[in-house]
Amino acid sequence: MDPQARIRKVIETVIKKPVTLAADESLFDSGVLDSFALADAVTGLESEFGIKVPDADLNPRKFDSIARIDEYIAQRLV
Amino acid sequence: MAYLKSFGSALPERVVTNDELAARIGCEAAWILQMSGIVERRWAAADVSVVDLAVRAGEDAIARAGADRSGIKLVFVSSGSSERRFPGPAAETAHRLGLGDTPAIDLPLASAGSLVALALASRLAETVGDVLVIGAEKMSAVIDREPLDRNTAILFGDGAGAAWVSRDDGALKVIDSVLHTDGSFAESLRLEFGESISMDGRTVILQASRKMPAAIQEILERNGRKADEVVAFLLHQANRNLTTRVAQAVGAPVERFVSNVERYGNTSSASMLIAAAEWSADAKVSANEPVVFAAFGAGFQWGALLAAGAT
Repeated sequence: MDPQARIRKVIETVIKKPVTLAADESLFDSGVLDSFALADAVTGLESEFGIKVPDADLNPRKFDSIARIDEYIAQRLV
Repeated sequence: MAYLKSFGSALPERVVTNDELAARIGCEAAWILQMSGIVERRWAAADVSVVDLAVRAGEDAIARAGADRSGIKLVFVSSGSSERRFPGPAAETAHRLGLGDTPAIDLPLASAGSLVALALASRLAETVGDVLVIGAEKMSAVIDREPLDRNTAILFGDGAGAAWVSRDDGALKVIDSVLHTDGSFAESLRLEFGESISMDGRTVILQASRKMPAAIQEILERNGRKADEVVAFLLHQANRNLTTRVAQAVGAPVERFVSNVERYGNTSSASMLIAAAEWSADAKVSANEPVVFAAFGAGFQWGALLAAGAT
């Protein structure tokens, strides 16, 4: 499964419904994620990708779309 | 060694319901409840000051301690919403409590203020003597009122909480405390002079969801205690949804997290001690049973304090 599909799956697990928006659409502006769901999604992403998101990176802008999350995770996995 | 001898609280009489706010900001009352877990909050009258609330909470803690106030050798007052640049509310509060020339120090730290004050008081009590800690806030004065800001008006309430920290005796003995600061997010939650409170809610929730559980786990681990042993968690009452996530993260039943945010909203630095005052009225903590205090707020400042039943 490609990274963006895995990210989508993590978000779907958190919000308990399908995520149909495009990879570059805002997860916040579209109402897919609120503040609390974002916190859960970050925890889910850490588990899914085996990474640790440091507190300094806990900035909502880094997690505003599936594409941005993909970009961030790729950096963490280098 | 220090003890928590008593707690006190003061709340304004006026109840502001979700229905009232929903009508004023144009939303559904159910949305407010869903987003915050808050049903109602208290807003003080225009002529009630932070000092007025602080004095009432201090008097309540003194009365509940059943001790002579001359035993108080230091006062800390935490407030992020005090009316003046200086002096802060501490000096006038101590004066009105009849504490003479007892030193009274302000801690303008907002939501983590009473936790920080409690930790400092616990460490100072052995050398200074008993310390009266007060957190007092008039948050209704620092939100956008005309028109009401929907993101902050639904959350905040007014009130004050207090604790008598004793060198010699009390129902709870303080075991340890941890305090942390991360100034890299200072812009995310702030109150500029002459302006209304500014909050990047997503960042605050995201950071609090991590930092508060981490501080609780840090204090428990370094004292060889486990979360499921803790009989009561007394947290800054910010948002019921946040408390639920903290409970999940530390692995303790959410029922052990004392909650009154549904009745008073987020009263910033006052909230943790208001919750402690209500909880302590009928709490029975056996010897060595752990109780955890924790808070997170602007700065960011956060931490946790571990106490245990003294007898």
